[in-house]
Amino acid sequence: MLETLTDNWDLFVEAFRTTVLLLIVSGAISLVAGTLLGAMRVSPVPALRTAGTAYVTLLRNTPLTFVFFFVAFGFPRLDIRFSYFAFAVVALSAYTSAFVCEAVRSGINTVHVGQAEAARAIGMTFGQTLTQVVLPQALRAAVPPVMSVIIALAKNTTIASGFGVMEAGAIGATLNERGYPAFDAMIWVAVGFVIVVLPLSLTQRRLERAVVRSR
Amino acid sequence: MSTVLYDAAGPRARNRYRLYGLLTTLAVVAVLAYVVWKFYDTGQFSGRKWSIFQYEQVQRTLLSGLGNTLKAAATGAVLALAFGVLFAFARLSDRAWVRVPAGLVVELFRALPVVVMIFLIYYGTLANAGSASTFWSVVIALTIYNGSVLAEVFRAGIAAVPRGQSEAAYAIGLRKSQVLRMILLPQAVRAMLPAIISQLVVLLKDTALGFLITYRELLTEARQLASYGEFEFPTIPVAIVVGAIYIVICLALSLVATWLERRNRERGRRRTADRNVQMGAGEPDAGA
Repeated sequence: MLETLTDNWDLFVEAFRTTVLLLIVSGAISLVAGTLLGAMRVSPVPALRTAGTAYVTLLRNTPLTFVFFFVAFGFPRLDIRFSYFAFAVVALSAYTSAFVCEAVRSGINTVHVGQAEAARAIGMTFGQTLTQVVLPQALRAAVPPVMSVIIALAKNTTIASGFGVMEAGAIGATLNERGYPAFDAMIWVAVGFVIVVLPLSLTQRRLERAVVRSR
Repeated sequence: MSTVLYDAAGPRARNRYRLYGLLTTLAVVAVLAYVVWKFYDTGQFSGRKWSIFQYEQVQRTLLSGLGNTLKAAATGAVLALAFGVLFAFARLSDRAWVRVPAGLVVELFRALPVVVMIFLIYYGTLANAGSASTFWSVVIALTIYNGSVLAEVFRAGIAAVPRGQSEAAYAIGLRKSQVLRMILLPQAVRAMLPAIISQLVVLLKDTALGFLITYRELLTEARQLASYGEFEFPTIPVAIVVGAIYIVICLALSLVATWLERRNRERGRRRTADRNVQMGAGEPDAGA
């Protein structure tokens, strides 16, 4: 059991590094894209709202595995060729930004109506109201739900293992080929994920309580 | 509520919004045009590629894939709901030796990726029994993950029932198990129904993870069909059809959840209004 880990320490480190890299890159892209989408969905321009809503509805009702399928197998048929890692980033970001958008929007909805009304009353434009009054408060309220989305993203990176990316989810199959018990390998992968995800979950819960208390 | 973010537009703002709207429409049209052109350029609209759907065998394959997806989702949903209720009760137990392990189990399974659980069950049974059922690997993994999430949903729902309910139930002499089963759970389920259905949508979507261990659900069959050389490898047509199937099913379920949410809210408001009338209008009310 233990030698499955110790013999292949390099593989574990390499794979988990890829997982964390996937998490950071697609996390950063999703945060930016999701916030933009959230702003689109509350904007005064109907076309922007419709476009944002359509994107979010479509992506939220699609399995992530299918998004991976479309990107990793479909894009090459369209003569779009990147590395498997880049494909995984595209799939994860496209999917996660829809969920970040919803988290941000729920944050905007928690900001008291009076805040926006007061901002308007002193003559601020939509852009000013949003960036100087509503978003700073909304983002604070949105931190716990966004954290949940990021935790889900951390777990979702394992799907990339089915689409050519050598990350933590693929350790079992790789070690199986090397003649090590795949079950033991996956136990260690599970331990690794608990180590990565549990601190995130605990922080998230503390932040959640802090936001509730501050109100 | 987002409408309070901006004033009703004046003539200048209206022109500006119109301009932004036009630009957005142009951008969306440009993106769609690029996609269509790209499809056209790489021959995705060729009749040969799409003719694959004319064959009865192919239609049967897609239907059987869809059937397997729904079968895994339905089995997983029933088991996950049972798991959720069981562990929610266990976490609310008065006995620490029930409460603490149940809490640990729920926390652990929520921290693990479903993919890892599927592989664990699959490789585990493969090593011990010599063969493994892909169906049960998917269903059990979905059950313990979504069951753990649902346990938290139920627990939150039970905690949100006004305390007077359980106090009244205890006062008329019900035991704790009776209070939970007859008084708290029915109210919690009704309040949490939208959240429960959203979680079932997640479960349905996650059946696609069966693809990773070649459980013959919709996506696995799609990959099979996409590899047919005699139809010029119709990956894109197959993906469009399969994606549409997924979106229609999940969207239908999501719409049920939103509808229930709206109904709950309206009902709550009506009930509060009734109570206000009884107590005299304008009386402050903490209900709903």
